[in-house]
Parts: sequence; structure tokens; C-alpha cells
Amino acid sequence: MNVQASPDRAEDRPLLYLNGVSVSFDGFRAINNLSLYLERGEMRAIIGPNGAGKTTMMDIITGKTRPDSGEVFFDGTIDLTQHDEPAIATFGIGRKFQKPTVFESHTVEDNLLMALQGGRGVLGQLFYRLSRDDAAKISEILETTRLSARRNDLAANLSHGQKQWLEIGMLLAQNPKLLLVDEPVAGMTDAETEETARLLKEIAQDHSVIVVEHDMHFVRELGVKVSCLHEGSVLSEGSLDHVSKDPRVIEVYLGR
Amino acid sequence: MITHALLRGLDGKAWLVVSILVAVAIFVPASNLLLSPGHPLYVPNYLVALMGKYLCYAMLALALDLVWGYCGILSLGHGAFFALGGYAMGMYLMRQIGNRGVYGNAELPDFMVFLNWTELPWYWWGFDMFWFAMLMVMVVPGLLAFVFGWFAFRSRVTGVYLSIITQAMTYALLLAFFRNDMGFGGNNGLTDFREILGFSIRAPETRASLFAATAIMLAIAFVVCSAIVNSKLGKLMIAVRDAESRTRFLGYRPEYVKLFAFVVSAVIAGIAGALYVPQVGIINPGEFAPANSIEVVVWTALGGRGTLIGPIIGAILVNVTKSYFTIAYPDLWLFALGALFVFVTIFLPKGILGIATGLMARVDRRRLPPEPTADAAKPTPAE
Ligand SMILES: Nc1ncnc2c1ncn2[C@@H]1O[C@H](COP(=O)(O)OP(=O)(O)OP(=O)(O)O)[C@@H](O)[C@H]1O
Ligand SMILES: [Mg+2]
Repeated sequence: MNVQASPDRAEDRPLLYLNGVSVSFDGFRAINNLSLYLERGEMRAIIGPNGAGKTTMMDIITGKTRPDSGEVFFDGTIDLTQHDEPAIATFGIGRKFQKPTVFESHTVEDNLLMALQGGRGVLGQLFYRLSRDDAAKISEILETTRLSARRNDLAANLSHGQKQWLEIGMLLAQNPKLLLVDEPVAGMTDAETEETARLLKEIAQDHSVIVVEHDMHFVRELGVKVSCLHEGSVLSEGSLDHVSKDPRVIEVYLGR
Repeated sequence: MITHALLRGLDGKAWLVVSILVAVAIFVPASNLLLSPGHPLYVPNYLVALMGKYLCYAMLALALDLVWGYCGILSLGHGAFFALGGYAMGMYLMRQIGNRGVYGNAELPDFMVFLNWTELPWYWWGFDMFWFAMLMVMVVPGLLAFVFGWFAFRSRVTGVYLSIITQAMTYALLLAFFRNDMGFGGNNGLTDFREILGFSIRAPETRASLFAATAIMLAIAFVVCSAIVNSKLGKLMIAVRDAESRTRFLGYRPEYVKLFAFVVSAVIAGIAGALYVPQVGIINPGEFAPANSIEVVVWTALGGRGTLIGPIIGAILVNVTKSYFTIAYPDLWLFALGALFVFVTIFLPKGILGIATGLMARVDRRRLPPEPTADAAKPTPAE
């Protein structure tokens, strides 16, 4: 009789498991034998120079780009390379894009409504009625992202920083298990950046998060494990202090 | 559930449209049948038929708006769905002729006798029954739209390529229906109708009823479209129009959203075609002509796409002008239409309704926001 917990149980495996992943675009290796594991409940910061492959890695996780080789597993057993974007979103992976991408001709409120967790079928949308819970949830997210006053404005009329926040709000509405956040503070003021760090730390209390960011001050603020990507693979990993002392990191990224 | 969804379609705009159409559906037939020709409010027979035709076109433009204005699918083949609905109705009307045709054959339409056919082809079976023909008016265009959309949307064909294949679709049908051995009357199409539901098709009472039916069907179609665009699905359609790939990352499947809109739209177009045929008295392959479908796009653009009301106004306005032009300056019509299209595209991107709403609320005068694409441009990151 085996009393010991089997180490192979799905819930013991990392939430996200990338192993030996490679992808090339026209012969150019954007991701090169990349391996990365994210534990359940962990928040990870990803840094690295332009073109290191950070966004491409998110493309692979969310099904936008198919890797040429390697394994990508979510939640222990789900092979992400076998699924498309909507399926992966439904498994519980949400994404904020590097260039804030919201529905410009919808109001702020409607953007959150579109993102709100729930059925995704066509007929379900046709017969959808806003429930008390959903309305409360939207109001709560508007509060959290400080967009209550802009509730009925078109998303197109928001400032760049507010669009970033709206997109984070949409992630909250989606309530995924894993949030992929690509450069959330680009174009933000220092005060906004600090607010964003606070918000992400709050989110990380009950979600797993991967944040890509160039702003070192912001990454320090997060205070989490850091992976530095370079030429499509992990160059260095550990605390921010450890990574930023790594001579290779200084050479390719921080020292420039 | 369905009643609630339909009630949502009855917003202020819809009440206005429905009230006008119901008033028209009562006034025009009443005036035509009850007033004497000398009366100032008398609507003559030819005008009843003409206005009925305009309303059919308006319904076709409404159908196009659902896919183009809300889903961003620029269909250049919507005339095909209209024509298929028209043919289904035409087949019923042919069967109603019975043995009163030139050859007096109760089983076969004249053109089949002429081709020396001895029995009715299987795809004509059932068209002697009104209910079956009306079912086919919706099923045939709907099915074509489903099959076409299934392949096109799932293989992510979008933009210009999609427009081109919709145009190819209607052109292919044009060529097919021209062939005599297809069994749809070839070049001449279906005509010489006599009766609909036992009533003489030329009787003023029948014509007035057809007109009223068209106005009512347009009102119903408007409420259905309005219910769709006012629902969360309508918001999703707009999201798909503006940022299709973004909706995927939220877990939606835009291909099915488009498929739904395309099929509903095709069914409405088919019904419009079916109402059109008894009022003009003929359906021939010319209705599949690519230029017809392009004209529908012009009506919709002129009226203002993405508004539901705009395309109705646009269709009526352009066709009234056309009726005038083709009598006064028959050679100039195509040039006028072309010039109109260029003018609208450049100066009135939101159409007539765009100007109207722009004047009412000067706030929202900007053009449609540009299409954002996920991850397209990368801003230089702050370090
Ligand atoms: N779809 C694609 N087709 C061709 N090349 C691509 C594609 N996606 C990414 N690349 C290339 O792959 C490399 C990695 O790009 P990626 O966007 O992942 O970098 P990044 O680490 O996110 O950089 P940045 O900090 O500038 O956002 C770049 O050289 C980019 O040009
Ligand atoms: Mg990037």
C-alpha cells in the first residue's frame, strides 16, 4: 500500500510548465529551448531586452503561436499546444496585451461586461440578462481600477494609462487562474506605476501571475522571483538582487 | 426568454420604425382600395407595387447591415440570398399556374414541357404547397449562408478576401441559374404567375395585401435585428468587428458569432426576395448579378451602416432617385450611382444617419475608431 502522495498527481505539478520550447520565424529563433515553471499561486516577473522573446512566450502560452518543439502544460495535464485561443482562455488563462487592446467603440462598462466570467456560447450571449451579481462585480472592478467616473465613456476616449487599467480590469472580470500581463506600466506616470504594483500584488494573493516589464523600479516594487530572458531562453533566474548582479544579465540588458 | 429578448428589441428607435411601417401598411392599401382615383390622397396601383418593391430592398439593406454594420463582414453577395428566396417563391407561384399554362400541363411548368421533360425534378417537389415554399424561402438562403460561413469564417477568411468570395458565390449562382438544364427556367427565369393562395396576383386587393405584408415583415425583421444588436451578443458582434482576435483571448469564438449573424441575415434577405417576386411578377438569373449586391452596399453605406434605420432610408432614397433617373436620364444612372458611392465613402463615412445624429449631438462627430489589432505595434518600452 502506498501511503505516500504520488509525486505525479496533477495538483502537485507546476501550474505552468514550459519545457524545451522553441519557435522560429523565417529561420529566426525567437524562442530557443525555453524552460520555465510557475508554481500555483506564484507571481513571476520576466525581464529582458527588446526582442528577447517575452511577448512570443505569451503568444505560445495563449495559443496564438504554435511552438515548433517542446512541451507546454497548464494545470498539470492540459497540453496547451493542442488548443486554440478561446479554449485556452476558457481553461483559465487571461492576457493583457503589450499594446493595450480594448474594445474602443464600447463603453468602459461594456468592456468589462464582455470580459466577465461566464458562458461564451452564441445563444447564451443573445439571451444574456445582467444579473445582480454581475452588475455588482462590474461596479467592484470599476472601483478597484479607479474607472468608476468613466463608466459610461467610450474606451477609445481613455488615456493610455487608463486603457492599461481597463485591460487589467478586464482580466479581473475574466477571473482566470493565470494572468499574463505584458508591460502593464508602459506609458504610466510614477504614481500610476506604484498604484499598478499595488493592484498586481493584491491580485497575486489569489491568482498566479506572470508580469513582463522593463521598469526595474516597478519590478523591485513587486518583490517576486525574476526570470531574465535573452535570445529566447532563460538567462538567469532568482531574486531581483541575484539576477541584477548576474554578469551576463548586466552585459546583455542592465548594463546597456 | 425569447419574449424578453424580443422586447429588448423594442427600443425607442424600433417603436418609431414599427409605428411608421404599420401606419404605411394600413394607409397605402386603404387609400388604394377605398378612395376614388380623383382623390388627392389616392395611391395608384403602379405606386403600390413600386413602394412594395422599395420596402423589399429596404429589408435587404437591413439584412446587410446586420453583417456589415455590426459584424464587419462586407458581403458583396447578399443579392444571392435575396434571389434564392425569390426563386423559392417563384417556384410556388409556377406550381399555382396549374393547367392554365400555354401547354395546359398541370404537372409541369411550361418551360419544362418546352424542354421535353416528362416529370417534375425532385427539387420541385413540395413547392405546390405554400407552407413548404415559405419554409424553403428561409431554409435555402439560410443553409447556403451556413455552409458558406462555416468554411469561410472557420478558416479565418476576412476582409477583402471574404468580400471577393461572396461576390464569386453570387456570380457562380448567376451562371448556374442561366443554364436551362438546371430546371429553373434558364435565362427567362420564372414568370407569368397567376395566383397566390388562390387570389389573382394582378387583383388590386392582392397587390395591396402583398404591400401590407411587406411593410409588416420589414417591421418584424427590424425588431428581430434590433433585439439582436441590443443584446450582449450585439455588443460581442461589434467587438468582433473592431478587434476580432481580442475576443478570442476572452474565450469567445468569433467565427460562430459571424456565422449566426450571417445566417440570420441571409434568412431576412430570402424573405425580402420572396415578397419581391409576386410584386414585380418575375424572377430571373439577373437578380444574382454581382452589380445588384454592390448596389445594396451603396444603399447601406449611404444610409449609415451600423444603425439599422440608416440602410432602410438609404435603400428607399437611392431607389426613388433611381426610378426618377431611369425615366429622365436612363444613361446617367450608373454614373450617378458610382459618384454617389465615392462621395459617401469619402465625405459621409457614417452615412445620412451619421449627419443626422451628428447634428443632434455634436459631441460624437468623430469617425469610426480605427481597428485595433492585438499586439500590432510595440511602443518603445520605458526602461
Ligand atoms: N509573428 C512573428 N513573426 C515574425 N517575427 C516575430 C513574430 N513575433 C515575434 N517575432 C520576432 O521575435 C522576436 C521576439 O519578439 P518578442 O515580441 O517576443 O520580444 P519581446 O521580448 O516581447 O520584446 P519587447 O521588449 O520589445 O516587447 C523579435 O525579433 C520579433 O521581431
Ligand atoms: Mg514584448
